[in-house]
Amino acid sequence: MTVNGTQVTRRVQARQHLVDFLREELGLTGSHIGCEHGVCGACTVRVNGEIVRGCLMLAVQANGCKVETVEGLSDSGELKDLQKAFHEKNALQCGFCTPGMLMAAQDLVLQKKKCSREEIRNHISGNYCRCTGYQAIVDAIEQVLNGKG
Amino acid sequence: MKAPSFAYAKPRSLEEAFELLERAGANILAGGQSLIPSLNMRLSSPELLIDITGLSSLRGISMEQGVVRIGALTTHAEIEKSADIRKHVPLLAQAVPHIAHPAIRNRGTLGGSLALADPAAEYPACLVALGASVAVAGKQGERLVPAEKFFKGLFETDLKAGEIVVGAEFPALKKDERSVFLELARRHGDYAIIGLAAHKTASERRFAFLGAGSTPVLAKGKSLEEAKQALARDLNPPADLYHSSSTKLHLAKVLLERAWNTL
Repeated sequence: MTVNGTQVTRRVQARQHLVDFLREELGLTGSHIGCEHGVCGACTVRVNGEIVRGCLMLAVQANGCKVETVEGLSDSGELKDLQKAFHEKNALQCGFCTPGMLMAAQDLVLQKKKCSREEIRNHISGNYCRCTGYQAIVDAIEQVLNGKG
Repeated sequence: MKAPSFAYAKPRSLEEAFELLERAGANILAGGQSLIPSLNMRLSSPELLIDITGLSSLRGISMEQGVVRIGALTTHAEIEKSADIRKHVPLLAQAVPHIAHPAIRNRGTLGGSLALADPAAEYPACLVALGASVAVAGKQGERLVPAEKFFKGLFETDLKAGEIVVGAEFPALKKDERSVFLELARRHGDYAIIGLAAHKTASERRFAFLGAGSTPVLAKGKSLEEAKQALARDLNPPADLYHSSSTKLHLAKVLLERAWNTL
């Protein structure tokens, strides 16, 4: 598979999840592991251009796929507007959910349409933040999407 | 938690999948959005997972002579984005946004949801309301099972050993027919407290509830009042952590009234 543009070849156990593979085999610890059953969204990564749960996909299923993580999107500058907005709006406290939030938010940004706050909330409904509530996170995403703020 | 150990196979053809399915402890893996959580929580422990996601013949949406066929491996996201589905099976288009969240809709499949037969899932109720059928295949060939006969009990379907769900067939919307899908959940994308798939044809109105019993439950009655009274007899929704059975029954009546007045 390709991870953040680099070709990677490994033998993996069938039971290993994609996010465990990324973290443990490749040292890409930006994608976090929260609930491990698809509820919290902390492990959100992009596979072939679509966001998925890293804990609900086996590493072996990503064979031949193009995988992108928060590290890759951060290094390429794709996330820079969102990162700036999250910083400015104080849209994180402990930061555990932030990589997943950024991946989900960027998915919405790529759709290139203006969204209401309700639509933003719907889109990130699969990503839990247990610190701050979602107000500031929605503020930050809204600033990038709609140029507000 | 982490999944237990299992063997993994990715067949290149349906025939190969049928062969693999004969092995002891074999289980089909499609989108994995319900199976993998259950593995992670050690609620199931198959010996062999047969990953059918490479079978491209099971993917896609086609229409022929008033019947819309959706392949089992078509994802929720593909159904959500399909202009054909919006036009010809609008009930599904309305239901899909209620299924979990975008990252899960990108992987989860129609066939997986039908084969699992979760009573709180959206598709089974839609199929029952629309009078759709589930296409299942085994070594002996393919057969079409009407949705009402396919969903037999709690996570129990008409699938026989060695069979795989390969798709579903829906009657395309005719002129003057209407559909509406309503669902109440604590948070967008959560499991439904109660939901309702409703469809009106020239001759009848069909209302199929989800989260109301072990399978989709059809409401009966010629008038709204009759149907509401029948609900009290026919529905016995299971209580969950937050809602008693009577609360759910009340909400079912609320949804029925909203749908009745929309159709």
